[in-house]
Amino acid sequence: MSAEPIDVKQELDVRGAKCPIPIIKARQEINRLQVGEVLRVVATDPGSVNDFKGWAQTAKNIELVRQEETTDSSGQRLFIHYLRRLA
Amino acid sequence: MTAAILERESATLNGTAEEFRERMQSLEARLHDLEAQVRELKERAPESRVSIVVMSGDLDRVLAAFVIATGAAAMGFQVSMFFTFWGLSALRKNRKLRGKRWLEKAFTLLTPVGAENLALSKLNFAGLGKMLLRKQMRERQISSLSELMQLARDLGVRFVACQMSMDVMGITAEELLPGVETGGVATFLADAAKSQVTLFI
Repeated sequence: MSAEPIDVKQELDVRGAKCPIPIIKARQEINRLQVGEVLRVVATDPGSVNDFKGWAQTAKNIELVRQEETTDSSGQRLFIHYLRRLA
Repeated sequence: MTAAILERESATLNGTAEEFRERMQSLEARLHDLEAQVRELKERAPESRVSIVVMSGDLDRVLAAFVIATGAAAMGFQVSMFFTFWGLSALRKNRKLRGKRWLEKAFTLLTPVGAENLALSKLNFAGLGKMLLRKQMRERQISSLSELMQLARDLGVRFVACQMSMDVMGITAEELLPGVETGGVATFLADAAKSQVTLFI
């Protein structure tokens, strides 16, 4: 995975939230962004990886710029999604 | 001599012009047909729409319906939910007995009112199973059915109650949540025909 920095406009913390909440909250946040701006979503739900992929495949106004997986200091797996508003 | 040549040339040119006109006309006709076909295809092409029939009044099934509905709405789909028979229970806000016939009263009393009172399709154990499921959902931070229903409304999901089922079960519009439309099979099919996804739950 490339580590090029992404210019993030807004952060969304959905740690602990389960399907479908991460997608719903991300939609609400992305509606507040301008076209071209990027939302960074931090989730703990492993299902969110495929969910954000599916959303980006289906919707014409969202681009999934990158997905990362990392671990926080307590050992909790974190799934990070970068979404750009396209329209 | 020159006059004869000119006459011949002019006749050829006239012939070419005539041919050209005919070809233009045939092309215009084909373009017209193609435009009509494109229009028709556009009308028939499904929109970004999801239509769900909720026939079940089981907590687990209705929960699945609302997870899909809210997820789809968040993804940018227009979502319509049609509640029929036992599915109407999820939309009920109260019980009214006045003015009902005895059979309608029986239905009213024997069917659950609202999302909070739906039972599990399996392992319900007279409500104990449901209680444990709710506890588990709370602890795992999974949205409750009531929360998902509120989200669905906030996201603009269309709720339609089947009028025929309401009549069969003696449920009146006053017993349903505000903002619920009533309709019949054509209301469902009009939305379903435009949908990329249709589900029956």
